[in-house]
Amino acid sequence: MAASADTYARPAFDRTLLLVVPAAVFMLLLFVYPFLYGLQLSFRPKEGGLLWNYIHFFTTDNLWPTIGITLKLALPATLINVGLALPIAYKMRVKTRYQRVVTTLLVVPITLGTVLIAEGMLLYFGPKGWLSHFLQLIHLYDGPIRLTHNYWGVLISLVISGFPFAFLLILSYITGIDPVLARAAATLGAGPGAQFRHIYLPLLAPGLAMCFCLAFVQAFSVFPSAVLLGAPAGPTRVISIAAYEAAFEQYDYSLASAIAMVMGFVQLVIVAAVLGMRRVFYRGPVSGGKG
Amino acid sequence: MNAGSLAERVWRSLLLGLMTLFVVNVGLLIAAVATSSFAKRWLGTWLPEGWTASWYSAAWKEFQLGSVLWVTIEVVLAVVVLSLLIGVPAAYTLARRDFPGKRALMLLFLLPLMVPPMTYGIPLATVLYQAHLGGTIWGVILANLIPAAPFVILVMTPFVEQIDVNLENAARVFGAGTGRMFVHVLLPLLGPGVLAASLLVLVRTIALFELTFLTAGGDSQTLVVALYYAVFAAGVRAPQSVDAMAMIYMLVTLVWLLIALRFVNPTQLVSRVKEQPQHA
Repeated sequence: MAASADTYARPAFDRTLLLVVPAAVFMLLLFVYPFLYGLQLSFRPKEGGLLWNYIHFFTTDNLWPTIGITLKLALPATLINVGLALPIAYKMRVKTRYQRVVTTLLVVPITLGTVLIAEGMLLYFGPKGWLSHFLQLIHLYDGPIRLTHNYWGVLISLVISGFPFAFLLILSYITGIDPVLARAAATLGAGPGAQFRHIYLPLLAPGLAMCFCLAFVQAFSVFPSAVLLGAPAGPTRVISIAAYEAAFEQYDYSLASAIAMVMGFVQLVIVAAVLGMRRVFYRGPVSGGKG
Repeated sequence: MNAGSLAERVWRSLLLGLMTLFVVNVGLLIAAVATSSFAKRWLGTWLPEGWTASWYSAAWKEFQLGSVLWVTIEVVLAVVVLSLLIGVPAAYTLARRDFPGKRALMLLFLLPLMVPPMTYGIPLATVLYQAHLGGTIWGVILANLIPAAPFVILVMTPFVEQIDVNLENAARVFGAGTGRMFVHVLLPLLGPGVLAASLLVLVRTIALFELTFLTAGGDSQTLVVALYYAVFAAGVRAPQSVDAMAMIYMLVTLVWLLIALRFVNPTQLVSRVKEQPQHA
């Protein structure tokens, strides 16, 4: 089967390869070129030497802490999302009547988008919202709750918008693992816990690492909810706000590109660390199910 | 045995509780926006004092939703059509041929999905403004194509792979060139995949905020960016008209999501998935 493309003599140049050219040219022009342009722009500051933008970033009080602020939001949000999504997706792996309904219900927040979630949270979680009323009604907490315009508001919105994504990704990895493996383990006396630990978890490791990276990338670039739901001047001044301000409020595209590059670099470090960790904990065939 | 099943029952109800908590809270969150959009006055009580539908007409006029919706439709349609034109042929080649540099090419198509929009969006906006495309509808379309085209490639490649190569060979034996084979053999077989990919691109493009936000000008805003500015400047306007606009936005996305879910397995929203054969 795999060799069937070669069973007849091919011309010296395979014209089918031309089909990939438009896509490749498009990506080079609109993704790679702007990226490289931004990189060299970041080394040509408005004033000062080659590295002025980067020195400025790491010595200015309202710029360099944005890295820490962003990580403090993105890492817990990613851990919560992946940590919740794993057991729930594991539960939903069996095809039942409810599988489709539940997955649909959990998908909806993806399409709401961060802006709508922010607006809804301002109403619902606000000091006069339904949640506050409800908590007062059952006397669980009588004071006004403060879940908007601070750190917690942004974190909750990251969970609402990020959890469905992590859930779907893990679900698609889990359903790719052959249930026959778990049944074989059960025949040998493995309980549900042992099946999960020794069969599913090792096979899931690459997928989990991938999911963590994608969920992290999404949370790390938080922008609309940090502005609308957080305190963009202080506790939730994330790195994308700093980049946006440099570009569109100070019109310093050079500094903005430098911040974007720092952002990309920090992300790359985390992604590389997670993928490296996977290699330490798990040695075996790279992929356990569908590739 | 008893202890095991008890622990299992506790665990199961804990998971059920978490899922219910999530779904109920998100549902109430949407309901709160809906209630507010129909409220005459709603200040810190369970339910508003009176009901009215007038905020919808107010929002329609105030935010020029007619033209915003029109721009959104133009952008989304252009992105869907162009990403299919670029992506489907590339997916075909990647699924069928091995050639030097294929892995590098795959990486090139994966990167835009791994790097968040903000990181490449700012250099991209700079380049687009230099080419006098920034702030125009064309700039918005080009920017939205960057995640859309690779997404089509990633969704379509497994679809092409599952089509039997012998069908193509048979068409060639009967003298069809690549073009005729594409139109008469591949396209009909690829139909469901193309439909799925275009619906997914559609839903994602409506909701994609950052790239449109960075590249749009005053008259090339899509619905989600207009909504952001409305919420951002919330103090100026009646909150109910902002909520009415949010409801219009949500209805637009929800309608398309429900259409998409009729044709697409939800897990395809985020990754490439090979369907397991249901009846072997």
